[in-house]
Amino acid sequence: MSRLSPYQQDVRVRAARLLVWTAITIIGVAYFRTQILDHSKYELQSESNRLRQVTLPAPRGVITDRHGKIIAENVPGYTVALLPVPEPEMRRRLDSLAPFVHLGRADIDRLLQRFHRTPYQSLVVLSDAPFEVVSALEERRIQFPGLVTQTEPKRHYPDSTAVAHLVGLVGEVTDQDLAGHRSTMLRLGDLIGKDGLERAYDDTLRGSDGVRYVEVNAVGYVVREAGAAPGLLAESGDTVRTTIDLDLQRYVASVFPPNMRGAVVALEPSTGAILALYSSPGYNPNAFVGGVSPEYWRALNASPDHPLLDRAVQARYPPGSTWKLAIASMALKRGVATMRTRMLIPCRGGLQYGDRFFRCWNAEGHGSLTLEQAIAQSCDVYFYQLGLKLGLTSLIEDGNAWGFRAKTGVDLPGELAAIFPSGPEYFDRLYGARHWTSAVTLNLAIGQGENSQTLLNMVRLYQMLASDGRSRTPYLVHPTEEPGVDLGLNPQQLAGLRQAMINVVERGTARGARIGDLKIAGKTATSQNPQGPSHGWFIGFAPAEQPAIVVGAVIEFARHGSTVAPLVTRVIAHYLGADTTMARYEYRLPADTAPRETRVLGAPPGDSLTDSTRAPAIP
Amino acid sequence: MLAGYGLLIVYSAGRTDVPTIVATIWLRQLIWLTLGITCAILIFRVSPRLLEWATPYVYGIAIFVLLLTLFFGTGAGTAAGTHSWIGISKLRGQPAEFAKLAVILMLARWLAERREPPATLRELVYPGAITLAPFLLVVLQPDLGSAIVFVAILFSMLYWAGTKPGMLLLLASPVIGLILAFSTAVWGAWIVLLFVLLLWLRPYVWEGLAVMLANIVMGVIALPFWRHLAPYQQNRLLAFLNPEADPRSTGWHIIQSKVAIGSGGWFGKGFTHGTQKRLAFLPAQHTDFIFPIVGEELGFAGVVVALTLFAMLLFVLIRVARRATDTFSSFCVFGIAGMLFAHIVENVGMAVNLMPVTGIPLPFFSYGGSFLITCALAIGISLRVAWESRAHGYADHSQ
Repeated sequence: MSRLSPYQQDVRVRAARLLVWTAITIIGVAYFRTQILDHSKYELQSESNRLRQVTLPAPRGVITDRHGKIIAENVPGYTVALLPVPEPEMRRRLDSLAPFVHLGRADIDRLLQRFHRTPYQSLVVLSDAPFEVVSALEERRIQFPGLVTQTEPKRHYPDSTAVAHLVGLVGEVTDQDLAGHRSTMLRLGDLIGKDGLERAYDDTLRGSDGVRYVEVNAVGYVVREAGAAPGLLAESGDTVRTTIDLDLQRYVASVFPPNMRGAVVALEPSTGAILALYSSPGYNPNAFVGGVSPEYWRALNASPDHPLLDRAVQARYPPGSTWKLAIASMALKRGVATMRTRMLIPCRGGLQYGDRFFRCWNAEGHGSLTLEQAIAQSCDVYFYQLGLKLGLTSLIEDGNAWGFRAKTGVDLPGELAAIFPSGPEYFDRLYGARHWTSAVTLNLAIGQGENSQTLLNMVRLYQMLASDGRSRTPYLVHPTEEPGVDLGLNPQQLAGLRQAMINVVERGTARGARIGDLKIAGKTATSQNPQGPSHGWFIGFAPAEQPAIVVGAVIEFARHGSTVAPLVTRVIAHYLGADTTMARYEYRLPADTAPRETRVLGAPPGDSLTDSTRAPAIP
Repeated sequence: MLAGYGLLIVYSAGRTDVPTIVATIWLRQLIWLTLGITCAILIFRVSPRLLEWATPYVYGIAIFVLLLTLFFGTGAGTAAGTHSWIGISKLRGQPAEFAKLAVILMLARWLAERREPPATLRELVYPGAITLAPFLLVVLQPDLGSAIVFVAILFSMLYWAGTKPGMLLLLASPVIGLILAFSTAVWGAWIVLLFVLLLWLRPYVWEGLAVMLANIVMGVIALPFWRHLAPYQQNRLLAFLNPEADPRSTGWHIIQSKVAIGSGGWFGKGFTHGTQKRLAFLPAQHTDFIFPIVGEELGFAGVVVALTLFAMLLFVLIRVARRATDTFSSFCVFGIAGMLFAHIVENVGMAVNLMPVTGIPLPFFSYGGSFLITCALAIGISLRVAWESRAHGYADHSQ
């Protein structure tokens, strides 16, 4: 210590200490700021660093029939998903995953497209992976960063096609769904009901998704599957109990003529509860679970049969002769006719009206008939005249009042409103004022012309006839509170109409459809169809004295309804527990709707018949 | 005092286990530590006289090995792209760490031999050269962090020798000029300030001119020099200014480090329970970024304890330097303190973005044999010095 003076050294020691103190203090303050003041910010970052959110899809509620039998349920399925990463990285991961999960180029592009829309959510690669694939992936887990496999409830419809249009289908939420949906809980990628009951009762059926957190390391490998952080359990949706009789529904599906287009609706006349609702051709709703394959989707859409269409509520057909009961009811209600009323001109195979000749379906003619007989024989000439007697205005008025220009209000999505004139002005618009004649009344009277009804709407008419004359809105889950319409017929009039309809099956146009000693009332129809062969209708109910079921069926291009009436009577018989083994599947029935009117030139204008534009209503 | 060192070493030994529970690195670190303590005990037995005699050879060997490293060095798999490792059969090490000690010894020897503190810039040329040789060799590796440590050693020892702070500033002025050259206005102000400083300090005229010239040259070459820097060095400096700019690559270290530290809170997530660390979000968590683990797992409390211990160590070293019986020992110990101080400030500071990221280990904490042994040797020397001064019975001090 020769040359360094102690005093100078002490100064330097103090300065050095001060420097150390300053440095340590500055660092200490920096740490204090980071650790204490900004703690919450960094803690959040740290958590989000290591935790990735994985959605636990909630099981959808079960759909059962009226007896609790399962129509739609959930079965465990495996999903394979990748945690979100930037897109190029995701492509690499998909590429490396592709050979194990059998993904093609197109599949990868499709997945990336979907990922592009929801870049912050896990990308579900396989939504219904076979167990072998899942176990193979799990074995090679180390090769696949960000891989998450989990069991997820998978929608399953045990009866598949038989209940297809009833349950509808489920699918991923689209942007349109999000825009139109009341609930804000929906996110892209969620599963919602797209059609049928799944859509109508989506809010009830859809549970609330849970969430779980998996822990990942810096390179994205999932290091801890469970218990990384408290998640949220998925809450299952509520069970929806429908009015469907699954047994009957299955039966309908089994007896419906294969490869034919059409629909069958069965309901309880006293309540409007739908017992069966079937449309053909069907589709496989299970194929839509977890994303429909593009091939199947293309096939469904390209098919000329339009399998996705629910022909019970989403298709309109001219009601044909089934409409005659509506005309008869109007006439009875307004006192224009009774069951015994005969028309002025007996049926000689047709009716000359103005310069046109309107034919009856039976060219040989029915002769003079009462209303009861006319219904049984479905005589067109009789109803032409009844229609004229009723008058166009009354006909349209009652048609509107009874809901033939509206929807039934059934709790199914996509129901079409029936087409029916709103008033005589309708024809002014259609043809121009004074460019149409009362000929439209003739067409309307036999269920042709400007009249297109859904099967369900026509079944509703027969439900009214089969009960006390009041309508019950058809429903599958919840009956509506709204009061139905009333035909305004007294019990005698109703009984008369029923007797006429019993005669249809006993000795009228549907003779061959009788089953045992079951008293079935009903009405056939062959509605003309400009696109091809006529559509066949049959709507009936039984037992006729105390109807327990109304069944309506329409089969496109059935020609003469040959298969329709036996189908309906078999369904009724099955429901009522009658023996159907001896019943025939097909019976040649007469085409009971007149061919299109033919113009007979030079014929004198008809003056014997005039359209009494308004018939007096019953006080 | 001895107990204090021992405690610190044991403490640090306990802490080195922290980051590496996952791997078996901590066992190897334990071996290194044992080796380090052995070295410390051995060097403790060595008289400073012997050390002083051996200094030129040690220095020569260090420079030679650094040269070897430059030509035959390997990245050793840890720090890709650098040549800071040298392997002799199975024995591998980072000679730069030992070179730091060698520079301390060499400077101590030169400064101790002089009677007067270096007062002129010309007299500073020789110590500057002593430092510059390893400095350049290390920069060429390239290892900017270690290079900065050499500068810190030089400055701390010159200061201890009694060089006026103004003179040190003049010595440092070219570097400051280099940094400030990125903004023309600031650089201009700096040149004016420097001119005033030169008038005040009154060095020889040509010295003053040399300083001015050096500064101007630095200002001119700054941008070319910047372009000459390796991209990763550029990025590190840029990331220091704004870590969020590129969060995936360069800023990643800083962000993750801050997240780890910040999520620690008052008392941390608990020993070995740091999630950032466990899930490998922290880069180089067992070496350069070891301190964030302290912050994450033990919280602010752990940080304060660690900082306090470091401060105590530095104070003790300063006191030892103060009481040393001979100048060589005194310079040695103060140089060691300067070295450790540079390491601590740089390492701990970069974890919270106070300092730019340079791969520089934290004394006693970071995994790495070379530096641990270097530190152990440094402590060994200090202990010897302390022991000698105590043996002299605190002749001229009482405290």
